[in-house]
Amino acid sequence: MKIVALASVLLCGGILIFGTAGFPDFGDPLSPPASHVSPHYIEEAVAETSVPNIVTAVLADYRGFDTLFETAVVFSAAMACFFLLRVFREDERSPSEKLYRHLPTGIILRIDPGGKAPQSNEFEPIDPTWVPHDMIVKTTTRLIIPFIQLFGLYVIAHGHHSPGGGFQGGVILGSSLILYALSQNLRMAIGRMGETVSAVFCAAGVFIYAGAGALCLLMGANFLDYAALSPLFGVDAIQARSLGILVVEIGVGLAVMSAMVWIYYNLASVGRHQEGL
Amino acid sequence: MNEWIAFLAGKFNYWGFIVLMMIGIYAIIAKKNLIKKIIGMNIFQTAIILFYVSTAAKRDAGIPIITHGHGMSGHSARAVDYINPLPHVLMLTAIVVSVATLGVALTLAVKVYRQYGSLEEDEIADSIRARAGGDQ
Amino acid sequence: MSQHLPALPVIVPLLSALLITMLGWFKPRLSFPIALAALTVALLSAVGLMGRVLSSGAAAYGMGGWNPPWGIAYHVDHLNALVLIAVLAAALVGLIATRKCVKEEFAERIVPFYTLFVLFVTGLAGILLTGDAFNLYVLLEVASLTGYALIGIGEKRAPLAGLNYILMGTIGASFYLLGIGYLYLMTGTLNMADLAQRLPAVYDSHVVALAFFICLTGLFVKMAFFPLHGWLPNAYSHAPSAASILIAPLTTKVMIYVMIRLTLTVFTPDYAFDILDIGNAIVWLAVIAIVMGSALALAQNRLKHILSYIVVAEVGYMVGGFWLGNRAGMTGSILHIVNDAAMTLCVFLAAGALLTRIREDRLAGLQGMFRKMPLSMAALAAGGLSIIGVPPTCGFFSKWYLISGGIEAGHYGFVAALLFSSLVNVVLFFRIFEIAYFEPLGQGHGHHRNDPSPMAEAPTSMLAPLVVVAVLLVVLGLYSGNLVSAIIQYAIPAQII
Repeated sequence: MKIVALASVLLCGGILIFGTAGFPDFGDPLSPPASHVSPHYIEEAVAETSVPNIVTAVLADYRGFDTLFETAVVFSAAMACFFLLRVFREDERSPSEKLYRHLPTGIILRIDPGGKAPQSNEFEPIDPTWVPHDMIVKTTTRLIIPFIQLFGLYVIAHGHHSPGGGFQGGVILGSSLILYALSQNLRMAIGRMGETVSAVFCAAGVFIYAGAGALCLLMGANFLDYAALSPLFGVDAIQARSLGILVVEIGVGLAVMSAMVWIYYNLASVGRHQEGL
Repeated sequence: MNEWIAFLAGKFNYWGFIVLMMIGIYAIIAKKNLIKKIIGMNIFQTAIILFYVSTAAKRDAGIPIITHGHGMSGHSARAVDYINPLPHVLMLTAIVVSVATLGVALTLAVKVYRQYGSLEEDEIADSIRARAGGDQ
Repeated sequence: MSQHLPALPVIVPLLSALLITMLGWFKPRLSFPIALAALTVALLSAVGLMGRVLSSGAAAYGMGGWNPPWGIAYHVDHLNALVLIAVLAAALVGLIATRKCVKEEFAERIVPFYTLFVLFVTGLAGILLTGDAFNLYVLLEVASLTGYALIGIGEKRAPLAGLNYILMGTIGASFYLLGIGYLYLMTGTLNMADLAQRLPAVYDSHVVALAFFICLTGLFVKMAFFPLHGWLPNAYSHAPSAASILIAPLTTKVMIYVMIRLTLTVFTPDYAFDILDIGNAIVWLAVIAIVMGSALALAQNRLKHILSYIVVAEVGYMVGGFWLGNRAGMTGSILHIVNDAAMTLCVFLAAGALLTRIREDRLAGLQGMFRKMPLSMAALAAGGLSIIGVPPTCGFFSKWYLISGGIEAGHYGFVAALLFSSLVNVVLFFRIFEIAYFEPLGQGHGHHRNDPSPMAEAPTSMLAPLVVVAVLLVVLGLYSGNLVSAIIQYAIPAQII
């Protein structure tokens, strides 16, 4: 098997390397990709969409329809993880024993199946697999998470002028929540942003994008033609495109953040949402 | 000789992507561990991203963000000064797609593990055979 | 509103899938009606589109108001309007028929199931309508990702089959992406119409040939063309029956459409058939696919495995017919896309109906089913006769075109393979009918579930659509001449005779 694989891979690679002989040179400013469609974007993007970051302009406007489905892909992946992994029945979910830490003393109680859980809020439930009480990690993450989230918002909002946008910002926001889940535990993260919130936000993010497109359709223009939104925004058609891009970037950010968090919940706890990494 | 050097200098980047891609395919075909296969799949997708981004490069050009931003009436941007933004846009999509595929693949791997207690293909095949034998 | 028709079959399902999640999360009962409404609207707009194409020719739609090479354009002509109607109708019928099944199989998972299924249809509709080569890739991934999930949810070996499907499907899609990248490198554009204009200038470059082969390989993986079919049989037969009913009729047909689109519209027909001259070679590959698919089907002893291998053989029919390169072959191939969608839907639906009453789909378990479930078995028989190619059913007509195309092209290997496959199908289906008709109920060992009650049909919600599809097989057959003269003949470029 290995020999066959190696031989076929070498053959395939050989053909592909032979094929590169006909390519335009690397970095050639006269190659077809550099001279056919893309110059229009570079030369006209600011005039047509009022967005100086051309990648953002192409991503969210010229080829906004691709990006809509790109967000839909993220949504379907999150939905697929939920669909495949989530455990719904109570009996499958309950673990054999439960552990509680008494916070003031650090003593750990083990409650056997059927035992009564301690009611005082001095106890916190902990995972059986990973129990150290990491005060330094917990405190540090508590301190930096707000700044991570602020940076995420900046990346979403400043995508018009610098590298960034909904996907990058959404991932940063989502990672801040995943960091919280890692440093505390999964239950506390779910307490902050529950499953319903992540699922509905994830769909709502894509819905903002597609809805903005459909709104253009209702205003009489083609799908995703943000220029039609200018009466709503109260600006001219060019500025409306820029604002429309901002709206969809916010939708993308929302969808990506919730999708990341939601995928993490399901993967880390194998669908049980009880304990995770 | 000079021709060869020019050829090499002009194409080496594309060879990099081919090598990466072949590593990915090899892992998918030859490795027995499902996670290794999934990683191979991801390397394979990354190779294609490298290829597309290579097509965007232009000599002596900067990143595709118009520096003056608003109010730059008068002089417009020249295409030769900025690299091609389109492949970057396309690859942003491809990156997202590959992340999404990776997520679903890992999910299925978790399910497979939950079912057979193993991620090694031959062990899984053994246990399928054992179960089929048990049925009859 | 009518100028927006090309966008609707994609946008309406997309928005509805999101609504299903947002509303269904709180009221799961709403998910089925929303899905039903979405697919109905999509189907109606597809029919509207077909009307427009018939009356005023091909239509284009620029997403975001941008003109084609810069923005993404949708393009509707006879070919994709026809396949779109077939796909959406099959999806709609499948959706209605599997309602009960889904309720039972996915008690708590109804909302994600319908969300994923509607997204799956969105992806397929987008693939059919888009005029942009890269957009096609994105939509392909939407359709594939949701498909992986729907298949992987099944029990027993389904997750493993789903994982294999992901690995192979990703290779296929990535190859397609790479091929499009090569084309982009040579032309600088991604729009299909623009590619068609700029490609002839670089036809002599071997990079373009390589790009064509890479794309084709990727599509062959995705459509399960014989040596690359590895993912399909396990994925379709281990998937839950609701998922296999919904997915099996659609995916491979849409990928065959993409192959036709790539060869005829992105490239010109003379490139594939004259410059590269690979038609003959691919028809021989198709011959192998048909023969091997049929032979492997013969070796199976479970109903859904048999049907899955028949799908592999049918892919061979369509690929082979198309690559014959003459009008009759292509007509047969396109007609077969429509017919095969109906046939596959019919037999998988019948298998799903039978499986509501018997848990095991081993052939031996079908004893006496003609008496127990007469209508379901009759529908399976209709589907079987159509797959065999018996005259009043639609399968006969597409096979007729395919065979006459083979004779016209002088490709007797293909004709022989078609006849061989029909023969195998006769054996296969009559084996099933024999077990189900002649062997009495409840005999044999270990089938205690077959209680001797005289009639135990599948629920009406499943039976009614099944009967409609079975009747449709005959109706499609009777009107296939009209279908060809009104639509399909315009879908094939004039230079092909």
